[in-house]
Amino acid sequence: MGAEFVQLSLTPILIGILAAIACALPGNFLILRRQALIGDAISHVVLPGIVVAFLLTGAVAAVPMLIGAGLAAVVAVILIEAIKRLGRIEPGAAMGVVFTSLFAGGVLLLEQSDTSGVHLDVEHALMGNLESLIWLDANGWASLVDPLALAGLPPELGRIAVVALVISVLTWVFWRPLTLTTFDEGFARTLGLPASALGFGLVITAAVAAVAAFDAVGSIIVIAMFICPPAAARLMTDSLVRQVWWSVAFATLSAILGYVLAGYGPLWLGFADAVSAAGMVASVAGAILLLAALMGPRRARLGESRATS
Amino acid sequence: MNPLWEALTLQAGYNATLVAVGAALLGIAAGATGSFMVLRKRALVSDAMAHATLPGVGLAFMLMVALGGDGRNLVGLLTGSAVTAGIGLLGVDWLTRRTRLAEDAAIGSILSVFFGLGIVLMTIIQTMSSGRQAGLESFLLGSTAGMLLSDAITIAGGGALALGLVWLLRRPMTMVAFDAGYAQAVGVDVRRTDLAMMALVMGVTVIGLKIVGLILIVALLIIPAVTARFWTDRAEALVWIAGGVGGVAGYAGAAVSASAPDLPTGPIIVLIAAALFLVSLFFAPLRGVVAAVLRHHHFQGRVHRRQGLLSLSRAEPIHDPMTLRVLRRDGLIRADGVATDRGAAEAARAARDERRWTAARDLHQDTALIGRYDGLTAIDAVFTPDQIAAFDRHLGREGMI
Amino acid sequence: MTPADLALAAKDGTVLTPAAEAPALSIRGMTVSYAEKPAIFSVDADFAAGAMTAIVGPNGAGKSTLLKAALGVIPRLSGEVSVFGTPLETARARVAYVPQRASVDWDFPTRVIDVVLMGLYRELGLLGRVRAAHRAKAEACLARVGMSDFAARQIGQLSGGQQQRVFLARALAQEADLYLLDEPFAGVDAATEAAIIEVLKTLKDQGKSVVAVHHDLATVTRYFDRVLLLNVRKIAAGPVAQAFTPQTLAATYGGRLASAQIDQLRLGDGAGLPTGAGPEAGAGPKA
Repeated sequence: MGAEFVQLSLTPILIGILAAIACALPGNFLILRRQALIGDAISHVVLPGIVVAFLLTGAVAAVPMLIGAGLAAVVAVILIEAIKRLGRIEPGAAMGVVFTSLFAGGVLLLEQSDTSGVHLDVEHALMGNLESLIWLDANGWASLVDPLALAGLPPELGRIAVVALVISVLTWVFWRPLTLTTFDEGFARTLGLPASALGFGLVITAAVAAVAAFDAVGSIIVIAMFICPPAAARLMTDSLVRQVWWSVAFATLSAILGYVLAGYGPLWLGFADAVSAAGMVASVAGAILLLAALMGPRRARLGESRATS
Repeated sequence: MNPLWEALTLQAGYNATLVAVGAALLGIAAGATGSFMVLRKRALVSDAMAHATLPGVGLAFMLMVALGGDGRNLVGLLTGSAVTAGIGLLGVDWLTRRTRLAEDAAIGSILSVFFGLGIVLMTIIQTMSSGRQAGLESFLLGSTAGMLLSDAITIAGGGALALGLVWLLRRPMTMVAFDAGYAQAVGVDVRRTDLAMMALVMGVTVIGLKIVGLILIVALLIIPAVTARFWTDRAEALVWIAGGVGGVAGYAGAAVSASAPDLPTGPIIVLIAAALFLVSLFFAPLRGVVAAVLRHHHFQGRVHRRQGLLSLSRAEPIHDPMTLRVLRRDGLIRADGVATDRGAAEAARAARDERRWTAARDLHQDTALIGRYDGLTAIDAVFTPDQIAAFDRHLGREGMI
Repeated sequence: MTPADLALAAKDGTVLTPAAEAPALSIRGMTVSYAEKPAIFSVDADFAAGAMTAIVGPNGAGKSTLLKAALGVIPRLSGEVSVFGTPLETARARVAYVPQRASVDWDFPTRVIDVVLMGLYRELGLLGRVRAAHRAKAEACLARVGMSDFAARQIGQLSGGQQQRVFLARALAQEADLYLLDEPFAGVDAATEAAIIEVLKTLKDQGKSVVAVHHDLATVTRYFDRVLLLNVRKIAAGPVAQAFTPQTLAATYGGRLASAQIDQLRLGDGAGLPTGAGPEAGAGPKA
């Protein structure tokens, strides 16, 4: 655990942890609202958003791309809602139509435009590239207090840190109305709570998390971060507060363990090369969910579900 | 000659022709299968299955290389993908049945975790000596460029097979999709039909991997079905319209993609399907948006007109601005809100209809007919003139006319 | 009924209504439609302040729809709603709503006491801390519905009747003046039904107004003092003695269905219809 770790592994692990937490927090509410697949839809439309931003600005710049991806997510959510209502189509099918179409458009634009020479390709967008987010300027733990080295931190770290912080604050501030509308939307409306606006806000928050995490883990593994830690946490406890803390713990564990296993696991097994860190993070998150599904103390359903009553 | 025209008329070479025909067959099979699946509200289960094919492709490749083979044998890769897709499907069912998680959470977790596992396997394969040119990435988004003849034959054959199975199973699947309870009652085995349907979905997914890719294959299952929904309310028609949409998208998409470089097959097919969807969403005469908006506007006008007439008949003041607007528009009230002669006559008629409905409830035993009352349905659309005359006599006796 | 009878009934009705006070809930010209079929059409209804009113009608008559649309839980095509004479938006704090039990997921990760505390949302606001006083109030509400021992229980562990009592406790915590309940007795045990009606009668005695969607015709006369008969349109409304008659029931439920049910009522526990032929089959078997 020396200079090499700080230089090559510290920042990817931190980015992974922050991305996982930023996604897991809204994920808890998405799961309880039966909207887990909104995460699926949003993460797929990040790609077209980024491509359009690139085509408009002509450069691979972080901020326009984040804005483009965020706008694409908003457009997708509005389209899904519109198709659901206008065509009277069930939500799953409406999502399927929207995210595949937008994703296909994104891929086509990407193939048609000249992106050779810039770091933007479909595979990267799908799989992410956590390993590349290294801290070249670091040469040991001392760099953590060295302003010069700190200036060389990968910009993705600062971005995801801000996003994770904002999402944590939002979760805290809106905890009460969010819980209320999630549990009993009709009652919440009679209190005068803007239930639709809260629901839309939650989805936009999830979109922001997806966009910020996209850099690190790509658009599909983001889904694992939205769903797996909260789903596993759901099987651990009957208290929403504790569920959220469990999900944060599982998200952190997946990020650390996934990165370490991807980087060092193959070496321990005698192979020469590391495997995809993002893929491994998703795999670990899945393994945690599997364990929770087999042994979680609260894995069974309680009470009458909506469907049966 | 124009390369697009060549491709569309099947003159762009034997391979391209086979691919276009295969994509068309696959599209028809996917559209038809997908409409059963969408009606059973399992649209995104197929997304989990599609993403779950990736580790299967990787494992099959590694296994075939380990056995000394080429690793790129399409039949072998597709078999592997079918195995993990099946495991993914079982995983979704298991999580939904055995834990408190809802189906959406189960779908999302299986989808992303299997995809993550697949990516891990892909990075391992890239480091294998035989893996550098494996081209397995083409399974992500589909690619028909440089396809082997044997691959094209596999796809065309698979598409034809899937289509044949849809044809064979169309009756039980239609019944289960529209009314599972009724199907059960007349002796259709719902569980086995559902199983057959998901097996078909899996088949379509696997065959479509090479052409459309695992991320977008779900579009070929969902978009045609949803598109067809705008054009018809009838079961059989829905299935074959969806098949038609899928077939057109598959055929045209494969042809367009073959006509020029940088036109990836999967996205092109999906975008053509999406274009057909958009046209239907807006302009389909039955359930399209334009038709629905016009109908809703008309309906709202009828409600306000009727409510306004009833208020007039009771000499109650009308406050609702829309009601006032509708009544003025139809010349039933003057600008100052007083009823015109015609308005007064129509109001009296509306009030008489309401009284007749009241009499109908008193006299009539048939709840199905009484139940047609919704405030708007004219009474002479439900009852015969003789019956209405009887209502009037009843009202006369009660002294209410 | 002759016109003279009708006029008399109307007159009696106005006498029974607390004079000069605005109705607890007033609905004017309300139409709600799912797709393009009105579920309720042009309903005018006044729910008297200080009374217990039942909304009665067959399945699909729009009873729950009426409540939900009045409260803005679902959108309405037309109509105006006022609460104690003021628009709903300014009177939200005076209204408590008890939804149908089946409208929520009882596997939600929360405890009984937390559900009751939701009733204090307007008091607590976004970030207000739950203090001992709030907790005590919530516990007192649970005590009123006989659920004190269940405060820390997971909501998924409750029976149907207990779930209904928790929902009622949450409404009590709102300390409203008007209580709107959607099928409060559906699928609950007899003890719960008795407990709920006890609480509602106490509310009425305190001068509060209660409106409940109700499906059991046999108990209308015993539980409620006013009734609204609904089947897409308002069929009849007023004090139970005047508005709840074989004629209005027949008009609401359609001929055959009503006569079967009316017979059942007469064979029942003697709390039959006020204007019926009396319990001529008093020795008959319990229905």
